[in-house]
Amino acid sequence: MVNPIRFFTERFPVAIGDIEELLGTALSQGGDYADLYFEYTVVNNLSLEEQIVKTAGRSINQGVGVRVIVGERSGYAYCDAIDATEIRRAAATAAHIASQPRAVGPVGVTIRRPEQNLYPVENIIGQQPIERRIELLERLDSSARGFDRRIREVQAGLADEYKVVMIATSTGVLIGDVQPLARMRVMCIADEDGNLQSGVSGGGGRLGIDHFTSDLVDRYAREAARQAVVQLDAREAPAGSMEVVLGPGWPGILLHEAVGHGLEADFNRKGSSAFSGMIGQRVASDLCTVVDEGTIPHRRGSLNIDDEGNPTSRTVLIEKGILRGYLQDRLSASLTGASLTGNGRRESYRHLPMPRMTNTYMTSGESDPEEIIRSVKRGLYAVQFGGGQVDITSGKFVFSASEAYLIEDGRLTAPVKGATLIGNGPQSLTRVTAVGNDLALDEGIGTCGKDGQSVPVGVGMPTIAISEMTVGGTK
Amino acid sequence: MIENLSSDLLARIVRMALDRGASDAEAIGISSSEFSVEVRLGEVEKLTEATSRGIGLRVLRHGRQASCSTSDTGEAAIEDLVSTAVDLASRTSVDEAATLPPASEMATNIPDLQICDPEVAAIPTATRVELAREAEAAARAADSRIVNSEGAAFSSVTSEVTLVSSAGFAGSYRSSLCSLAVAPIAREGQQMQVGYWGDRRRRLRDLQSAREIGEIAARRALRKLGARKVSTGTFPVVFENTAAEDLLRDLFEAVNGGAIFRRASFLVGRLGEAIASPLVTIVDDGILPGGSGSRPFDGDGLPSRRTVVINQGVLESYLLNSYTARKLNLPSTGNATRGLTGAPSIGVGNFFLAPGVSTPDEIIRSVPNGFYVTETIGFGFNPVTGDYSRGAAGWWISNGELAFPVEEVTIAGNLRDMLRGIEMTGDDLHLRGKIASPTIKIDRMTVSGD
Repeated sequence: MVNPIRFFTERFPVAIGDIEELLGTALSQGGDYADLYFEYTVVNNLSLEEQIVKTAGRSINQGVGVRVIVGERSGYAYCDAIDATEIRRAAATAAHIASQPRAVGPVGVTIRRPEQNLYPVENIIGQQPIERRIELLERLDSSARGFDRRIREVQAGLADEYKVVMIATSTGVLIGDVQPLARMRVMCIADEDGNLQSGVSGGGGRLGIDHFTSDLVDRYAREAARQAVVQLDAREAPAGSMEVVLGPGWPGILLHEAVGHGLEADFNRKGSSAFSGMIGQRVASDLCTVVDEGTIPHRRGSLNIDDEGNPTSRTVLIEKGILRGYLQDRLSASLTGASLTGNGRRESYRHLPMPRMTNTYMTSGESDPEEIIRSVKRGLYAVQFGGGQVDITSGKFVFSASEAYLIEDGRLTAPVKGATLIGNGPQSLTRVTAVGNDLALDEGIGTCGKDGQSVPVGVGMPTIAISEMTVGGTK
Repeated sequence: MIENLSSDLLARIVRMALDRGASDAEAIGISSSEFSVEVRLGEVEKLTEATSRGIGLRVLRHGRQASCSTSDTGEAAIEDLVSTAVDLASRTSVDEAATLPPASEMATNIPDLQICDPEVAAIPTATRVELAREAEAAARAADSRIVNSEGAAFSSVTSEVTLVSSAGFAGSYRSSLCSLAVAPIAREGQQMQVGYWGDRRRRLRDLQSAREIGEIAARRALRKLGARKVSTGTFPVVFENTAAEDLLRDLFEAVNGGAIFRRASFLVGRLGEAIASPLVTIVDDGILPGGSGSRPFDGDGLPSRRTVVINQGVLESYLLNSYTARKLNLPSTGNATRGLTGAPSIGVGNFFLAPGVSTPDEIIRSVPNGFYVTETIGFGFNPVTGDYSRGAAGWWISNGELAFPVEEVTIAGNLRDMLRGIEMTGDDLHLRGKIASPTIKIDRMTVSGD
């Protein structure tokens, strides 16, 4: 296992003494706090379509971001070169956010190790022979085509990331982590007499190549093919307000959009979220407990430490319907006197950290999922979703179903076309009337965007019933 | 200051790749200086300043392709970049269409498109902060119901792109972009609404004034107060010009050559057919002077150009790069875009719907009972089928008048029908970003609410 501190200090011209001196430079104009974020990321990509491996690629992104905080103000600068001279220039730039020059010596740092080791990975994908990775893509292709003769095109991709980070803070911490991340994706197009339909599947996490067994690869391939084929027979989706049952797993994107973003501490500190000032109030039915948990082993949204060097944790956001907490980064926590939750994340060394979700899910309830469907007279059962989005301030959120069925008299009848569902964050979960005993986490392909920054996240949910939600079909 | 990634360095990288077994190679260098300031409630909240650079290398070995990049421009990293790319390109499959375009197609002169304004890099920090402050102050002063703000941001970037290929192309251009945006929050009773407005330009002098940006943003927040759901039904839908941009974004996905050769678009095989109302003419112009999407050459090194995509309702062209052009046996339209990593993909130049003759007021007045959409939310468009379903907010139109604000509804249909159903186009086209549209009226869509 690579030691991240040694990785940076031995590979690049930056000694621990330099780091201490650089923190001093960052605080040379005043400032309450400073940190340095060192990153070295190798991304490998391999993609197949038209039954051939069209491209292979490898990118190296390396650099250092320097942040200085004064009160509510943050100064930020970064450089691509990991050497003390370039970083010093960035530190001097970031320092300008403050305006009270002072003589500051080096800031001593102590090496710490993360307290958790959530993703020890053997056989990192990028270090495997490319032939082995190509085999996986070829298997996705043949397995998807074998599912149904109407599968006409298959696109398959395998991307993996190997990120080494080191964070030095003016509170005296020097800590690092090695963060592998893998993702397999397959998209199928089914064609029946010119009726074209698509299906997407895949999965991954902080995992090595051994995770992608033949069985799993076949499952992804058949799932994408199945979705495309089901859509060939889809009717128009219904329009209007109706009862909605969401299946387990990825439909948990509901939580991410309806409550997750609205509970990020930056929006609440500023009073710009529909959830501002609602701690202790009812925001969901008492069947709902929602947590954000960055500590689930090998999950895509998990981290040993967040991008500010603090341990991730399990944060209860909603407990039996009552709003309990927000997701904090260092800045919001220190300004509001809250405890850190380990949710300070950033896309790369080129970005300032901010409060972000990790893996957000609803805990299991007691209902039998089949019983939940049987209890619905007329409604929609949605099991697969594309993306979602939320307006934090008004609380309105959407998420788009890509596979859904009509429920008529307690039975699933016809598949319907994709449709967007829209709701109001603080209200939607109050309408949850049943929570299944079948909690599932998603397969590990989610990416969340906020303020132009993308980070990997996870979601999860048991089957749930919502008494009323607006479904954006055409009929 | 931008440190150059000179075409000499890139030419040397291309030669290194050829020496090691590549049959063709293409190197790209991108360097940029960025600055951004965010102000909230009058105080500076974030200040970011940095320069960065990276090199990308695409290597071909007789139809086998690989692509690598690095943000480390040191000698050892370049050595690693070349050897990795050449090695990976021996492992991929032979793709007959993967070749560099011939020298005869490539850009031979670099026109001055007025896309680099030296003023953008020269603005003093204090002025940038002041612009953001002024925009936010104007928004907050507009009305007592503007009670909060998500802040205002001024940002600017100047960059230089250099592309060198073994097919005989070497070119470089500089560009600048500056933007100013603000998001005030209005409150009335329990309802909070945010309004966004901003402008984004190549040249500082083209940027809308801070005061105007602030005032428009405030109006956009205020006009949402009191919004409610409406009943489900089928109605005419008017898209305000900025909301109509989203439809053009969707249409771009469907005319993107990548989707066409993959048969992943509802517009496959429709060239020459009437696919939209005769009022619809859509152009992609990559050489519009001062345009945010203008660039002298594309990611393949081909000259940028103006392409009529839809002419009075008839689909005349897809948007193609060299690769998709070869796959479809059509000429490239010069729409290759190239980041540091990966093969060139396809992007718009300046992509817009030509303006019509009606004023937005006339369009609204023509609707007895319908929906005026000012914002859409979500990703509910499927280019394979054309199916469209998105969240929307705006105003209800009764008897030709804006009656009350609407939110938490969806609008749905199929882009195929929506294009044919465009009954009026406005005279209010404003080319701010890369994609722009005038106000449009669509005959009928399903509005879903209560």
